Amino acid sequence: MTLQDASPDLGLLRLMTCGSVDDGKSTLIGRLLYDSKGILEDQLEAMQQASRARGRGELDLSLLTDGLRAEREQGITIDVAYRYFATPRRRFILGDAPGHQQYTRNMATAASTADAAIILIDARHGVVEQTRRHACIAAILGVPHLLVCVNKMDLVDFSHERFREIVASFESFAASTDPQGQGLTISRRCTITNLPISALLGDNVVSRSTHMLWRGGPALLELLEELPGAADDSREPWRFPVQSVIRSGPDVRAIAGQIASGSIHVGDQVVVMPSGIPSRVKSLHVGAAQLAQASAPASVAIGLADDVDVQRGDMLIAAQDAASEDRRPRVLRELEASVVWFASEPLAPRRRVLLRQTTRSSPAIVTAIHHRLELAGDRDASPASPSAPLSLAMNEIGRVTITLAQPLVCDAYRRCRQTGAFIMIDEATNATLGAGMIS
Amino acid sequence: MTTTPQTLPGLLSGARTPVAGHLAWLEAEAIYVIREVAAQFERPALLFSGGKDSIVMLHMARKAFHPAKLPFPILHIDTGHNFPEVMAYRDQLVQALGERLLVGSVEAAIRDGLAHDVPGQPSRNRAQTPTLLEAIRHHRLDALMGGARRDEEKARAKERVFSFRNELGQWEPRHQRPELWNLYNGRIQRGLITDEPGFAAGEHIRAFPISNWTELDVWEYIEHEGIEVPSIYFSHERDIVIRAGRICPVSSFFPARASETTQRRSVRFRTVGDMTCTAGVDTPAFTPRDVIRQIVATRQSERGARLDDTFSEAAMEDRKREGYF
Repeated sequence: MTLQDASPDLGLLRLMTCGSVDDGKSTLIGRLLYDSKGILEDQLEAMQQASRARGRGELDLSLLTDGLRAEREQGITIDVAYRYFATPRRRFILGDAPGHQQYTRNMATAASTADAAIILIDARHGVVEQTRRHACIAAILGVPHLLVCVNKMDLVDFSHERFREIVASFESFAASTDPQGQGLTISRRCTITNLPISALLGDNVVSRSTHMLWRGGPALLELLEELPGAADDSREPWRFPVQSVIRSGPDVRAIAGQIASGSIHVGDQVVVMPSGIPSRVKSLHVGAAQLAQASAPASVAIGLADDVDVQRGDMLIAAQDAASEDRRPRVLRELEASVVWFASEPLAPRRRVLLRQTTRSSPAIVTAIHHRLELAGDRDASPASPSAPLSLAMNEIGRVTITLAQPLVCDAYRRCRQTGAFIMIDEATNATLGAGMIS
Repeated sequence: MTTTPQTLPGLLSGARTPVAGHLAWLEAEAIYVIREVAAQFERPALLFSGGKDSIVMLHMARKAFHPAKLPFPILHIDTGHNFPEVMAYRDQLVQALGERLLVGSVEAAIRDGLAHDVPGQPSRNRAQTPTLLEAIRHHRLDALMGGARRDEEKARAKERVFSFRNELGQWEPRHQRPELWNLYNGRIQRGLITDEPGFAAGEHIRAFPISNWTELDVWEYIEHEGIEVPSIYFSHERDIVIRAGRICPVSSFFPARASETTQRRSVRFRTVGDMTCTAGVDTPAFTPRDVIRQIVATRQSERGARLDDTFSEAAMEDRKREGYF
């Protein structure tokens, strides 16, 4: 059922790219798509025409990803674009996030679902503020793997020395203890792999470089094929946020949802949260297919042995997890979280929002802002007088306390992304104001 | 020429072995999105064109709510320029499934002065937009599920899974809601119920459950699930003309010009659109497996066979802004 029937299907990997325009990010993506034969002929033809129209001689691979007209005209990327490519062994979904600091929200968007982030560093400039910012956001959003690509190696004569210097600089940054108490030691949150590439020439992107024999490791695409995907650890606690209850006739009642983590078997004892009512899994099905067990991220319907009260917004968990201090979810009316703020109007204490976590919504108030993460370039001037209460401007990240009208059944984001994440919605305008990760 | 299936095994049973690998991931995501739409909205509908993408979406919608019926109707925007095979397929399918079908007719919209044919241009793609918006108003719909995929076209690559439309039905690419994790914000200002003409349209959401699928994924899924699709996806004999280097099916609304010679050729179609703007391909394929082999081998993307996208580089973006799917 894959491209080549003999290859095992390694499933799907979601990755993101971040980097500023000059780092050659679009060229790298173009290269991945082009060299893995993901660019089809007529798209290529349209690109060649556009390259010529803009007076560029050679094929400009960045034109492939800069989709919207405004971007083409300004020559920048303004929104997350999703790209698809495949090798015979694996499918990839690539979220291409803009590198400009004012578009942090787009990076957070791409990072929220990514299993791996490609961090691009220009070999001529080394680690810059932008690099640190991207790595921080990827780490805060819980991207498990960072692939640090030192690009444009052709412009530094493929120098091993230069590569070592940059890697040392990045690693010392990643290992440094977070001075602002965001719990953000990157090297403890993410695995880090470094590799020297030239996206323009293709070195170490799809095939191994002949210019950098001093390295000798796999190329980027080979690394991507091997990375473990997210949420395939069936030993994690079982979490099942309820989307809806399916009813058919007097006898059929099935609890519908997507498994957020872990796995479940027919016959398992479960508990409905937050009510705490116990029951047992009588049946599991996807469509008409009956299953004996199911794991994340399957969307299933569950028949329970008892006619217990269950509704959208509840969460089913395994009874044995409920009995374990270490594995049971938390039920909170007040929580601490890192938040990324998207709205142009700053987040100030006492702000009222509608908080949405899993399939549950609750009115909430941001009662306090404790920290603002100072990433380079966040503010042109720092007006903060020590006595003034903190606020978060657009695209800023901080740590807050939130009080809820109804309790949330949740996990720490670091433990489970699906049950530890939330968004904040403006009840009047319905705009999505920000995103948060429960501490 | 019509070879409509008498039975629709995949769509009716869905009881095969569960999908595995990347298809399992994609199916789980799509079912989650469909269930979110049903849970978050009061009057959603599922857009159905008779094309493979909407068939796959419908198939997963049935799985999502099994054994209950769909909690929403199916909406077809009928251009009047359909492949007869596709219409026959649609009618048989809806009857076999026992689901509710709503039809928005471009023909009727043109008659009522809501939409217009463009002189000199046979395609009714532009006329679909006002017809769709009128159907939304008339049926007071607050969400529409569509089978669009992000890999189809550059403007679609940046569209959200829950894509907000203002009260004029327009997409504003610069003001999209941030969309993180699988937390879809479907909150909208609903339309007001007035005396006459019945309903003032409000904002709505277009939801795309198969955003992350590629053409190859769709065909692999069709093969795995044993889903019947309209016969025009496979090689068959048909009258065609060659126009601008493309194989165009001849019909009463797309006649051959005096300068053109009608030929009888074996062709198939990679998309099912308005019959006047869908070009055929002549590489043979008789089964989903054949189509999969051709996709892997071919280097011509699917929308390249749609004449309406080649008008300008920004053609799709313009139509989407106006409210096109």
